[in-house]
Amino acid sequence: MATMTDPEGGTFRPSMLLYDSRYRSATIQIVALIGFLLLIGWLVNNTVQNLADLGKSVGFGFLGERAGYDINQRLLEYSSNDSHLRASLLGLLNTLLVAVAGCALATIVGVVVGVLRLSSNWLVARIMTVYVEMFRNVPVLLWIVLSMAILIETLPPPSAYRGDEPAANMIVGESIALTNRGIYVPEPLFGRMDEDGGFVSWRHGLGDVSLFGDASLRFDVSLDLIAILATLVAGLLVSGLIRKRADRIQNATGLRPRTWYWRWGVVLIPLVLLLWVLGFYLGKPALQGFNFQGGTHLRNSFIALWLALSFYTAAFIAEIVRGGILAISHGQTEAAAALGLRQRRIMSLVVLPQALRVIIPPLISQYLNLTKNSSLAIAVGYMDLTGTLMGITLNQSGRELETVLLTMLIYLLISLSISGAMNIYNNSVKLKER
Amino acid sequence: MKNSVILGALTVAGFMAGAAQAATLDDVKARGSLKCGSNSGLTGFAAPNANGEWEGFDVAVCRAVAAAVLGDPQAVEFVPTTPKTRFTALASGEVDILSRNTTWTLTRDVDLKFTFVGVNYYDGQGFIVPKALGVSSAKELDGATVCIQTGTTTELNLADFFRVNNISYEPVPIETNAEAQQQYLAGACDTYTTDASGLAATRASFEAPGDHVILPEIISKEPLGPLVRHGDDEWADIVRWTLNALIAAEEFGITSTNIAELSNGTDNPEINRILGTEGTMGEMLGLDAEWAKRAIMAEGNYGEIFEKNIGESTPIGLARGLNAQYKDGGLQYAPPFR
Repeated sequence: MATMTDPEGGTFRPSMLLYDSRYRSATIQIVALIGFLLLIGWLVNNTVQNLADLGKSVGFGFLGERAGYDINQRLLEYSSNDSHLRASLLGLLNTLLVAVAGCALATIVGVVVGVLRLSSNWLVARIMTVYVEMFRNVPVLLWIVLSMAILIETLPPPSAYRGDEPAANMIVGESIALTNRGIYVPEPLFGRMDEDGGFVSWRHGLGDVSLFGDASLRFDVSLDLIAILATLVAGLLVSGLIRKRADRIQNATGLRPRTWYWRWGVVLIPLVLLLWVLGFYLGKPALQGFNFQGGTHLRNSFIALWLALSFYTAAFIAEIVRGGILAISHGQTEAAAALGLRQRRIMSLVVLPQALRVIIPPLISQYLNLTKNSSLAIAVGYMDLTGTLMGITLNQSGRELETVLLTMLIYLLISLSISGAMNIYNNSVKLKER
Repeated sequence: MKNSVILGALTVAGFMAGAAQAATLDDVKARGSLKCGSNSGLTGFAAPNANGEWEGFDVAVCRAVAAAVLGDPQAVEFVPTTPKTRFTALASGEVDILSRNTTWTLTRDVDLKFTFVGVNYYDGQGFIVPKALGVSSAKELDGATVCIQTGTTTELNLADFFRVNNISYEPVPIETNAEAQQQYLAGACDTYTTDASGLAATRASFEAPGDHVILPEIISKEPLGPLVRHGDDEWADIVRWTLNALIAAEEFGITSTNIAELSNGTDNPEINRILGTEGTMGEMLGLDAEWAKRAIMAEGNYGEIFEKNIGESTPIGLARGLNAQYKDGGLQYAPPFR
């Protein structure tokens, strides 16, 4: 008993670190931490030493050297005279593009399929089951390669569009060309300056602002796009105000004023006016030389990767959505039905909002999976981060360790950002405990 | 748990340490087989035949080295590599020698720390197009879609060629020759570019080779040859002189048919030195006296290997051109065996 009543300020003896339960756990943790750090230090030292023995030094100077290779899908302007760093940046943007587009499509398809799997229509539910099982149980690489093979082998080459009686024709008013090199769609364009710098008419685009001069990370910002986004956001804000006013009136009088034409009008009319002033028009693709020129070129590699990743991940999301819906007590559905809500509204107003709490945490890992799976892009020649930094740059500079570490770091940052953003969203929809 | 962490760390450390080895010859002898990095499939240069045995122009170099070192041309373990994986495979010690139509460049020699032991094929980069395209020169390819194997020097040559000529193109990067062939034949690219020898080999495997032409422009110098890691000069010497022995054998008329007769001794001291009946060449290399004899017997001399795999009598039908002996106006020239 006496030992337990020792005063707190008693003399400290080193042996207490081991025998005093107040200090012991801290001691063990610190020793373990030191051991772990030593292990890591030893591994790093060993690697550097072995590389030095091979005559290789670790350094990132190669990123500033001339890349020398071309990239087909460029979201920023790039030429083979740019540095490896800029080539990597373009690869990163391509990765992000397919990841964002993939997550969006996968979510839409996944939610629809997940809900339809629970449909009371036997045929629909079974078809969705077949879809989920087919995509979930075959490696995604095979889906990617298969999509690419289908695109290449089934669609006509651009030469089929040539001649007086071509074997293939453009669709949707001669504006979209489906070829085995990709799909050419019209691109949005704005009135341009003529060669002397004067404007062809008073309706013209605002041009671009170039940031960061000649640096590797330079990029142009389209003022047209900013103007359009600003108009759109302002329109939506005003539309929101109109809705709030309608809510207020409804709460006060019980009658809701008809506002839909106002709400559409404040968004659309300024937008259309702005586009007219900017001289907006659609640039249609046209066959010229070997390929279609003009328009936006959605390359085979992008489409194949995007569709395969989306439909593969959607199969998993569908299961998550189904699980989330099943987790909501059936009493909720019955209660909503008793209030006279229709089937579709029960789903969108009662069940799905509650199911989101169950759905979102596993959904985050599916988004992460999709993003990481996009590194299979090189199978179809899509120039993502693995294709540029960890592909050609690695090969031309011979810096395996550096490029692999850098690529890992970038994927880690992307993944952490995705889960960070999704966690914020999760916090906003989870049960608020008061 | 703790044990597995430590064991894992030791494994990693052991692997890293293994990368910095020397004495490849001892390793190969102890293993009893030669690990040869080869192409994953290029008819005539390196491809498995109907029986699953690797054969081809580049494969023959590995077989000759295996015959010289181990006495058995079949004692080769082929490791198929892509343009992207080949250097890592060699640098990490996964293969002892890389014989895979690889271009000798300063960067690869100096910065990637490899030793190119010689040139077994003098090549250049060309373009293949369907005849129906109606193109007769590479400079008419403005705006064309070009299939290209990623991770090769051809990728850089291509970028330079189009930039210098101020014409545009759309690159379609592809991992292997087989995929490039599929995309090219489907019309997903207008032209396919790689070493002219590779184009000839690829065209030979088409259903209708006559419908495709190789454009006259050769836009680069591509000296292809076997390479080894830096840091083991004895091993590099063995591979270098095995290749030289094959080339010299053709020069001196040593063929796989007359070699038994010649090794009884001849009036030509150089032939005697090559075949080991005179001098101590083999001993100097750390091998036995008959090393070169076995190397030549494996697949024949340089000329025989060329004719059998890629020569004019084969579907690939490459002329000797730059690869003729120097006496016949080519560039193949073996230093003296002295």
